[in-house]
Amino acid sequence: MATAELTLKSLESDVHPDWCAGCGDFGVLKSLKEAIVELGIPQHEVLVVSGIGCSSNLPGFIRTNGVHSLHGRAVPVATGAALANHDLHVVVVGGDGDGYGIGMAHFIHAMRRNLNLTYIVMDNEVYGLTTGQTSPTTAEGHKTKSTPRGNVERPIAPLALALAAGATYVGRGFTGKPKQLTKLTAAAMAHRGFSLIDVFSPCVTFNKVNTYPWFRERVYMLEDEGYDPSDFMGAMEKAREFDKRIPIGLLYQTERPTYEDTDPVLREGPLVDQPLGLDRAKLAALLAETM
Amino acid sequence: MATEITIGIAGAAGDGLDRTGDTLARTAARLGLHLFTYNSYQSLIRGGHTWLRLRLSEEKVDNHGGHVNLLMSLNQDGIERHAPEVEAGGAIVFNSARLHCDSVLVPEGVALAPLPVPELTADLGKTLPVMQNTAALGALLHLIGFDVDVALEILAETFKAKGQGIIDQNVGVLRAGYDYAAREYPPLGVSWKFTRKRRPVVTGNLMTALGAVAAGCKFYSAYPMSPASFILHWLAGHSEQCGVLVKQAEDELAVVNMAIGAGHAGVRAMCATSGGGFALMSEAIGMAGMIEAPVVIVNVQRGGPSTGLPTKSEQGDLTQAVGASQGDFPRVIVAPRDALDCYNTSVESFNLAETFQLPVIILSDLYLGEHRSTVDPEAIPTDVPIDRGEWVHEAPAETGNGGYRRYALTPSGISPRARPGVEGMTYVSGTDDHDEKGLLISDEHTNPAIRRKMHEKRMRKMDGVMAQLEPPALEGPAKAKATLVGWGSTWSVIQEAAAQLTSDGIATNQLHFKWIHPFHAAEATAILKGCERTIAIENNFSGQFARHLRAETGFFVDHLLTRYDGEPFEPAYITRRVKAYLEGREDDLQVEEHEAREMAYHHVRVYMKDKTRPGRIEKRDGGRFGEPVWEVELVNRQDGTAEAKLVIGMETGSVHDWQVLAGSS
Repeated sequence: MATAELTLKSLESDVHPDWCAGCGDFGVLKSLKEAIVELGIPQHEVLVVSGIGCSSNLPGFIRTNGVHSLHGRAVPVATGAALANHDLHVVVVGGDGDGYGIGMAHFIHAMRRNLNLTYIVMDNEVYGLTTGQTSPTTAEGHKTKSTPRGNVERPIAPLALALAAGATYVGRGFTGKPKQLTKLTAAAMAHRGFSLIDVFSPCVTFNKVNTYPWFRERVYMLEDEGYDPSDFMGAMEKAREFDKRIPIGLLYQTERPTYEDTDPVLREGPLVDQPLGLDRAKLAALLAETM
Repeated sequence: MATEITIGIAGAAGDGLDRTGDTLARTAARLGLHLFTYNSYQSLIRGGHTWLRLRLSEEKVDNHGGHVNLLMSLNQDGIERHAPEVEAGGAIVFNSARLHCDSVLVPEGVALAPLPVPELTADLGKTLPVMQNTAALGALLHLIGFDVDVALEILAETFKAKGQGIIDQNVGVLRAGYDYAAREYPPLGVSWKFTRKRRPVVTGNLMTALGAVAAGCKFYSAYPMSPASFILHWLAGHSEQCGVLVKQAEDELAVVNMAIGAGHAGVRAMCATSGGGFALMSEAIGMAGMIEAPVVIVNVQRGGPSTGLPTKSEQGDLTQAVGASQGDFPRVIVAPRDALDCYNTSVESFNLAETFQLPVIILSDLYLGEHRSTVDPEAIPTDVPIDRGEWVHEAPAETGNGGYRRYALTPSGISPRARPGVEGMTYVSGTDDHDEKGLLISDEHTNPAIRRKMHEKRMRKMDGVMAQLEPPALEGPAKAKATLVGWGSTWSVIQEAAAQLTSDGIATNQLHFKWIHPFHAAEATAILKGCERTIAIENNFSGQFARHLRAETGFFVDHLLTRYDGEPFEPAYITRRVKAYLEGREDDLQVEEHEAREMAYHHVRVYMKDKTRPGRIEKRDGGRFGEPVWEVELVNRQDGTAEAKLVIGMETGSVHDWQVLAGSS
């Protein structure tokens, strides 16, 4: 079979996204496709793994491989798949509830492992698919269905957590700035190690606070300010900036060996291509240890 | 009758009991004997009480039996607790420089073999306290008629890395103990036929891991949990050698989801845990069923519920395994019966998981997983079948990308898999129900036809599984007064009990189940209907297998014999309770005298800093709730004066009274 041409069109799946008109997630899908085309990654070598939520429907809307897994479990499913076949380009997608709520433990641990994964969180500061409850990134005081008197909890700071946990690529995008988002996505996929992009992806139905205009008034691009993404402490400072001004762009990038680089079993190539079983001599040697 | 002997080694955690037991076990195995060891321990790192029993026999043994012929105690506590259990003709070995054995504790016909260890080792330089074990082991070898040279050879191997000086010292200490005993004490008169055939000494956990490796497991994830952790340790230690990627994850949610992700990507993946971790895995097991990802999940059961009894065995998770996760989906549940079967079960599980693209749950338990036993090396298959099921390796020319139907509706229910990464064959697997291409039908208004057909397709795979499984069969006499029904790890102990009952004049046979789900309902019913009396024997409270049997067949067993006190079955325990049932006597589970003594030891440790020991124990009537009680006196270890009193209800087990007497130190 001749290698098919890789285009935005060839990345379209049979299914038209069923997101609400105006949903930020359309922008993330488009940027992901553009990044794949830009990097020239054959689409069959991409595996997109998601959890559950509106944004987690994304794997069905792109013609790559996908696993639409359980709520909060996209990262470990992706980890297993990436370790089983490290020739695949594994991208995890999902929402803030999926990744920072029910899946928080996996989020932190994947970063300290520096697995070669790209994680795109479509952060809309609300639970959308369950019709509008508070999420881990909902602001204090924000009234939702589950916090009718206003949210009393402080929102988490995902980028600061990512930096503290050892992520080697930390970025923030906004679907209202599509060119930057595509650039960030391509750079994240090209990065060797764990890359996180937290994307402001407004929910037009259930979040009447964090709207496109709300973000437009506040966001500014780090690259316009001569920001140095190799400065960890500077990145920490930017990761906490979430008020009248909110930085978007690449906060931090560094290099360290990936998990896949360090496990000796993977030196022999992807696990999925390695021979199975034991020969007689090896089995005898293992049994001899007990005699 | 094959010659056999059971040795008990008692001590505290940290006393070096494991190493001593290991040397003895390997010595016996190199002499050509079979063995089975069971270590009873508690959940702490130092102190407490550890009781290791080693059953050595000329024939294959697959349970620890329950006798004690020779006691080797490493502390005072061990002598006091276990001296009364030693059977006539046996002996008690201890370091007389540190310990003493009160003659009232010693049953008739049992010899004492005290060893003045410091005297024996005076010439060997400064020795570590733990070397008393080695001296005692030397004496023990003489008493049971073992060849000292084999043990010396093992010590030399064990301490190889520590240098010749350490080897010489250990060899000297062992020989000193042996020579002293040879001068002072007659051997017990056990006559062995040593074949010197070498056999591996394995545990169920080791065989589970080894079988997985032989079957081509490439990915193993785990979170530490007793009693499954050994599988993690062994595989991690042999990861490169065996080509298995081993990943300790942050929790069992991650563990199972990683294994499923790896299985989906095309490698053979396994994870292991115990009941609590398995509960956390529950949702993902259903995902494996839904996305049709092969995965093998081992549950090495321990006492539940909740954290339960972390270091005690139980068959308490059958119901959990059958009911794990929401909705209906195909799964296989299998319970291996001995260590060799653990190996074969791993192989069978991977083949079923991949052929039928579903989760396979292996129910092992602490007793099976942690015991050690010999296996005949030739009984372990090396060339195991690796059946990877149906695959599509190349996109069919006529379909464009997107034409591949990952969940094709087929007569067998098996949809040929494709490894993610094949050109022209991209697909999405969803945990929402989906159509043949994997598109979600949850996004449609309703699609009862596809939902129905997909459900049927997935469940149809169980017919194919069933056709591959060996049905249960009666073992023992064809005509019997009683049929003992069991599952999993109790196979050997039930077999031995049935043989004992038969030789006592009650013809007894055994129907044992390995395959729990799918269940051989027709075969089981046909056999059970022909049985005179059926007794289900299970290591859990409610008779989970009996309930499963009833659900699958409508068959009610006549009697339920369950044990749920943290202790494993022993043949004599089963025969006693089977006889009681057959004779119409009430099954009495009141607190027994030895159990009251064990409860007293807990008070000794927790409240009395180990300064006392149980003394006189008397039964009297008229406790609270009108129940009879055990009155246990705790006496000073040095001078025997009464220091405390404990009163335990025989029916409720309640501590009715606990008094530290005035003037007690």
